[in-house]
Amino acid sequence: MNVHILYFASLREALGASAERIDLPAEARNAGALRDHLAARGGPWQALAQTKNLRVAVNQTMTTLDAPVQDGDEIAFFPPVTGG
Amino acid sequence: MKISVQTEDFDHDAECAALGQGQGQGQGQGQGQGRRDIGAVASFVGRVRETGDVTDDAAGISGMTLEHYPGMTEKALAEIVEEACGRWAVIDATIIHRVGELAPGENIVLVAVASAHRGDAFAACAFIMDYLKTRAPFWKKEKTSAGDHWVDARESDDRAAAKWHP
Repeated sequence: MNVHILYFASLREALGASAERIDLPAEARNAGALRDHLAARGGPWQALAQTKNLRVAVNQTMTTLDAPVQDGDEIAFFPPVTGG
Repeated sequence: MKISVQTEDFDHDAECAALGQGQGQGQGQGQGQGRRDIGAVASFVGRVRETGDVTDDAAGISGMTLEHYPGMTEKALAEIVEEACGRWAVIDATIIHRVGELAPGENIVLVAVASAHRGDAFAACAFIMDYLKTRAPFWKKEKTSAGDHWVDARESDDRAAAKWHP
């Protein structure tokens, strides 16, 4: 089992990645811990820790970084939305 | 209720006329054959401005790219409409949001709400736009002669949405 991670807009460009599947690390019990795990890759991935007001959606519902994550989840990280 | 995320343009008048007409719109149903209890239709159209939010470049913006999160976008818009229906007496509503490449002057978004009276239609239309601005996963990138810029979220949009919180 793994998690599907999506990146959008300026974050997608900074990371040079729009999606990936990874095995959920044991320490990544919530979206914020997963974010920290990914940012620890260093280089462009630090953008995940540096994006102001980073937003997260778990299974296509906007939530907060303390939201729990588990195997099979779709988790998206993105900057604040600017539609309309 | 109609929710559409699409690249193609929309026809404001046709969409407003279709409110309350059910799924058979455009298939021989003339106006007036739908619901007769609609006394008010309020609509909002957002367009691409030549004077952008990010740049001070006098030449303005030459275009815009709209990115979204397929799957979540439609779900988020449906939840916003559902919440509006819980707060006001909405008979029918349509949201159309365009994505992809757009030029100045082009339509970006349509919100149209039908209700018995204007108060519900005005309020629900404004609510849907305010929530769409802060909760629906769309992102704008402006093209200018000085380069492309992702549009920053505005605090004024957060405040506009916050005023609807209980």
